[in-house]
Amino acid sequence: MASFTNQPVTRDQAKVMNRYDISKRMLTHLHHDEAVIGGIGYSNFDLWAASANPNGRRQQNFYMLGSMGLAVPIALGVALAQPHRRTIALEGDGSILMQLGALGTVAARAPKNLIVIILDNGAYQITGGQKTLTDQGVDLVAVARASGLEQSAWAADESAFEEMIDRALKQDGPWLIGCRIDNNKPVDTTERDPSRIRDQFMRGLGVKK
Amino acid sequence: MADRAWYEIVRDVLKQHDVSLVPYVPDNVLRPLIDLLHEDPFFNAFSVPREEEGLGIAAGAWMAGTRAILLMQTSGFATLANQLASLSVPFQIPTMMIVSERGTLGEFNIGQMLVARTMRPVLDCLAIENHTITRLDEVEFIFDRSIRQAVATLGPVCFILSPLLTGGKVFTA
Ligand SMILES: Cc1ncc(C[n+]2csc(CCOP(=O)(O)OP(=O)(O)O)c2C)c(N)n1
Repeated sequence: MASFTNQPVTRDQAKVMNRYDISKRMLTHLHHDEAVIGGIGYSNFDLWAASANPNGRRQQNFYMLGSMGLAVPIALGVALAQPHRRTIALEGDGSILMQLGALGTVAARAPKNLIVIILDNGAYQITGGQKTLTDQGVDLVAVARASGLEQSAWAADESAFEEMIDRALKQDGPWLIGCRIDNNKPVDTTERDPSRIRDQFMRGLGVKK
Repeated sequence: MADRAWYEIVRDVLKQHDVSLVPYVPDNVLRPLIDLLHEDPFFNAFSVPREEEGLGIAAGAWMAGTRAILLMQTSGFATLANQLASLSVPFQIPTMMIVSERGTLGEFNIGQMLVARTMRPVLDCLAIENHTITRLDEVEFIFDRSIRQAVATLGPVCFILSPLLTGGKVFTA
């Protein structure tokens, strides 16, 4: 089994990184048409910002505009429906704390093609920066491991993150990567057009022509 | 085929329409249907800790080309208003739901009775297509036509299975 055993870092030791920078680094490591689900809060804002390029925006992204906590379940549904496509959930700490059972469901279904990235700023940043439980002792990587997601680890810094995402894209999952992030504002704001988001995503996944 | 039980008809129609993924939170009345789906390799049926998680899984699967249906009881439906209003309806995702109806026709639990009263107002105010199925001879038609409609119009649909159809949960005191 693949593992992150060379990534022994605890939450306290992990470097505080930046969400836009992490989103950008993740995208540069994607090779094919991996699906990416951006959760509510600022997770989807920086995914939106980082996905802009001169030829338009990558189609295989889904941006949640509500349904707090469902980034991982939505990604699991995609991963089960298309087992040959790598699927990534980008989820905030406040959001996943609302749906911790989803980690156990991922472990139980064990999709090899699913990667969960937790963007942990210890806060509900978009609603004013109130503390979440991760700022008061909850370690989401430890929760993930205890839920059965053995291949879970904190990213020590940016280069460790790149090494981890690279491995997760190549070897069998499910994987979970914890990233501590700062409280900088996101770089852009996701366009609020849900049916367009859904239509683009389905075209990006080859479900609609 | 004439003597099929409601759950056999439901299984057959789901199969005809290629609805294969079935997340559920169990209910005693749904047990024979859940058992049938587990037995049949066509279906991928599994329990989820919360109904809203199942709704998310079904939504992701739909967008990636697999049809799903979420099974629950009335009290579980009551946890879905936010997800229906912020995911299924605005994103035009045809979330399909089967709800085993508690809270009426001999209910013994006052909490079930009260929560059941929130179900139809939520469905109606979001304009979600819903049918209460009371008769065995209507099961096939309602499921068949409504699944077609959900897929064609990209709108969620909720099948409410009345105790008149299923026998419900009987109170013996
Ligand atoms: C069910 C529900 N409760 C509360 C909210 C309000 N809300 C929207 S985003 C958010 C915070 C999200 O926190 P996190 O996932 O950590 O992301 P961040 O804002 O830090 O990027 C909250 C509380 C909501 N949209 N839905």
